[in-house]
Amino acid sequence: MEPNFGGVVTVTNSGQRRTPKVAKTSSVAKKAVMAVSGIILVLYLIAHMVGNLKLFAGAETFNGYSEWIRRIGEPAVPGQTVLWVIRIVLLVAVVAHAWAAVSLWKQAKRARPTQYVARKAVAQSYASRTMRWGGVILALFIVYHILDLTLGVANPEGPGSTPYDRAIAGFLNPIVTAVYVIALLALGFHLRHGIWSATQTLGQSNRTRERTVNAFATVFAVVLTAGFLIPPLSVLVGIIE
Amino acid sequence: MNLKLRVWRQRSAAEKGQMVTYQVADVSPDMSFLEMLDVLNEQLIMNGEDPVSFDHDCREGICGSCGVMINGRAHGNGLFDGHPQTATCQLHMRSFKDGDTIDVEPWRATAFPLIKDLAVDRSALDRIIQSGGYISAPTGTAPEAHSILVAKKDSDAAFDAATCIGCGACVAACPNASSMLFTSSKVVHLGLLPQGQPERNDRVINMIHQQDLEGFGGCTNIGECSVSCPKGISMENISRLNHDLLGALRAGARPKS
Repeated sequence: MEPNFGGVVTVTNSGQRRTPKVAKTSSVAKKAVMAVSGIILVLYLIAHMVGNLKLFAGAETFNGYSEWIRRIGEPAVPGQTVLWVIRIVLLVAVVAHAWAAVSLWKQAKRARPTQYVARKAVAQSYASRTMRWGGVILALFIVYHILDLTLGVANPEGPGSTPYDRAIAGFLNPIVTAVYVIALLALGFHLRHGIWSATQTLGQSNRTRERTVNAFATVFAVVLTAGFLIPPLSVLVGIIE
Repeated sequence: MNLKLRVWRQRSAAEKGQMVTYQVADVSPDMSFLEMLDVLNEQLIMNGEDPVSFDHDCREGICGSCGVMINGRAHGNGLFDGHPQTATCQLHMRSFKDGDTIDVEPWRATAFPLIKDLAVDRSALDRIIQSGGYISAPTGTAPEAHSILVAKKDSDAAFDAATCIGCGACVAACPNASSMLFTSSKVVHLGLLPQGQPERNDRVINMIHQQDLEGFGGCTNIGECSVSCPKGISMENISRLNHDLLGALRAGARPKS
């Protein structure tokens, strides 16, 4: 801009600031998407874990619970409406979570193309270091899990069987149970760092709360993982038959 | 003491670099790390070789000019139990043992292009400051100090954030090469004070926008930054920045273009 010598104000162009080319979604906004979608998924996981423990109540109760999920909201809304709403919300949450993660992963790779010859980490935990690949493992596991226990196509009992029979038949196979154990441990570590990170990202942490948030994240991750691990391991060792 | 140094040598950004091994003899334990590098450079000059380039200025730990990776840690912070977090100039050779091998590398980030050897261009941090790290205040006589009251806890937290010297160690230490600890300390130290309120929303939006444009990574709350920071800036500033950014987005603030 030309200096305005006639008037009172003289404006000079700094010339320093780069002109932003495209208005990209900010990295912090992407993190917020990740945090909110993560919270939705965690809330679902709590209900999922409680439902799984009904395996101990026997075939009738467990299959009845599965039937009830399909009938929630009846007769106000047609059968399976609520089920499908839940499924769509979960799908949107998973896709948003993965989109934000992949986009930030790419940004981080671009941010340091040359690696250090020597690098020593002191603050990172196993959980924080494995968030990205752990997330990939979980995404693959979710696909297998739906094919196995929801659709039944990857299950020895096949698609026409009852949910209880599918769970028993699947978990009696040590390899299948091992896959579930690995995925659930990955889930535990993912939650351990994810809960802390989401609290930071949503601006809810501070120096005094930091310890509490981290302690809660550890306890929550352990309890949820244990709750998920108990039914498959009980089937494998014969406590549930 | 006698030391073996493996130093990153790179003549320019366009050329390839590599670690080069040097022996440095008779190092006094009272020397600072930079003085030890001075000794190495005198040795190189005497031998007719090119001295190692590195940034430095005050050598008192307050200017933020110096900074190298020492054995894989920014400023060597986190390597020595009980040693306070300092800038490279305040790390003394008594922290090392005779016969040690020390790896010395520059900060590595796309946003910090290499100039030569251990010197990198950190003007990306200046441009983040320019995009919002200021307040609008009337000029003239200083106002009566008691005319604007600031709560003690706010002034303490603002001052803690303001101790950031902009050295770039947080970026160097971050697995994502993110400058969130730097940007958040600037956003928080102004945002906690009454004088910083008029630009509060624009500040956080523009500074994060500039940070992304400069090619820094995003924060994943791992915490390497805080333990590498010579001033021990807390991760809580990052949470405060996030809080401000989400509030600013809700208020409809958008990056200035």
